[in-house]
Amino acid sequence: MSMLEIRGLRKSFGGLAVLKGINLDVGKGDVVAILGPSGSGKTTLLRCLNFLETADAGTYCFDGETFSLGSMKKQDIAKIRRKTAFVFQNFNLFANRTALGNVTEGLITARKMPKAEAERIGREALDKVGLSDRYDYYPEQLSGGQQQRVAIARALATEPEIIFFDEPTSALDPELIGEVLNVMRQLAREGMTMLVVTHEISFARQVSNQVVFMENGAVLEAGDSGAFFASPKEERTREFLRTLQEHGN
Amino acid sequence: MNERWVKIFIDSFWKILLPGLKLTIPLTALSFLFALIIAVAVALVQFADVKGLKQLARFYVWVIRGTPVLVQLFVVFYGLPSLGILLEPFPAAVIVFSLNEGAYASETVRAALESVPRGQIEAGYCVGMSWLQIMWRIVLPQAMRTAFPPLSNSLIGLLKETSLAANITVAEMFMSTQRIVARTYEPLLLYLEVGLIYLIFCTILTRLQSMGEKRLKTYGGKRSNAGGKRLETDGGAR
Ligand SMILES: Nc1ncnc2c1ncn2[C@@H]1O[C@H](COP(=O)(O)OP(=O)(O)OP(=O)(O)O)[C@@H](O)[C@H]1O
Ligand SMILES: [Mg+2]
Repeated sequence: MSMLEIRGLRKSFGGLAVLKGINLDVGKGDVVAILGPSGSGKTTLLRCLNFLETADAGTYCFDGETFSLGSMKKQDIAKIRRKTAFVFQNFNLFANRTALGNVTEGLITARKMPKAEAERIGREALDKVGLSDRYDYYPEQLSGGQQQRVAIARALATEPEIIFFDEPTSALDPELIGEVLNVMRQLAREGMTMLVVTHEISFARQVSNQVVFMENGAVLEAGDSGAFFASPKEERTREFLRTLQEHGN
Repeated sequence: MNERWVKIFIDSFWKILLPGLKLTIPLTALSFLFALIIAVAVALVQFADVKGLKQLARFYVWVIRGTPVLVQLFVVFYGLPSLGILLEPFPAAVIVFSLNEGAYASETVRAALESVPRGQIEAGYCVGMSWLQIMWRIVLPQAMRTAFPPLSNSLIGLLKETSLAANITVAEMFMSTQRIVARTYEPLLLYLEVGLIYLIFCTILTRLQSMGEKRLKTYGGKRSNAGGKRLETDGGAR
């Protein structure tokens, strides 16, 4: 049984249909890579899944509970958000909080956790992403790769059942990409369920077990990662992989 | 320089300074405090796009910014009594200056709120925070830093503007000076003297502003010199 099951997700901005009926299945422990050309709706899809955008229609089945995306209640959104986490392309760290503060903020305010306990969890999460020497640094004092690792620690601290990543490395200098991907690799090994929009084909190839290829607001091809890269079914998919390879991925 | 001038100058110094300390400063401080509360509320209502309240907020800013503060003082102090609302001079002045400064400051705060990257709000939602928690703990603290220099400017402006309260019989510094002038017939000396006292007050505020700005630099202060040390000393194993 899938942990997350999306059926017929639709979203348009004004008159522009951006997502035209997306189906998606994510099982526990899956690492799903979402690939696709720019403008195909990958970011919009992730944002709909965490209710940063409101989808127009579709069903959202999570952890055995089914919700109608067209008419989400506030409590339902809060409930799903408690079990999910989001890592943004631009990190989006709280600029007025230290690394540790960024990780503990949600625990203290949203989960009403005692500060000491939140900080214990926060330090653990930062240790895990290799930032045990940066607890008290403000985002502005950290490199991009370090900031993104703080963002991952912030996501981990809430003990989510699934983490959504939107191009977590594309705002980084090339030499900083590796440290973030390594953390994600480690999470995948530990069985964390992840939905990752990425242009890092080698990462998708090595780490993901499922691939979803999107084009024009629809899923063109989806399935097992090994099969996908070995023998893509669609001509468009082959073409896309070829162009990426030419660009040195 | 004749001795009479020196004597009048010295005698009146305390007579002007005292109402300054007893009325001008409290009037400024109280009005500014209320103005800040109004400004944050009015800015948040617009920032959050609360239907109805937002229109009300725009209307308030439009009316207040479009009319002279002197007219507002007269409406409240001399006008409202005909509706049965009688106010003492000092509270009337506090009300008018709070509302007036609140309208201007709300625009400053609104711009500062807009300058905080939206992504931080979304990140707040994603870790389960409510809108109010995000505003109170993440967005407002950053916005108030941005707004600090322009708000300090407004405070200095307000301090001088309170001299208009003389028109509704608040015996603050300027009115006290007028009274001494009526007795001594030395307008040049005394108006220069009250100007000097305003200048002293404003100089103190300006100093406080630059001290405040130094302390508020940026979070972590990577770009300030003071922060350089942080980088080396902080973050060691704990
Ligand atoms: N807030 C918005 N208002 C209007 N149109 C939007 C909005 N957000 C996204 N779009 C449009 O939706 C389409 C899909 O955008 P989206 O950001 O989801 O693409 P993407 O696959 O993530 O692309 P990229 O790889 O460049 O990040 C684009 O045509 C974009 O212009
Ligand atoms: Mg995108």
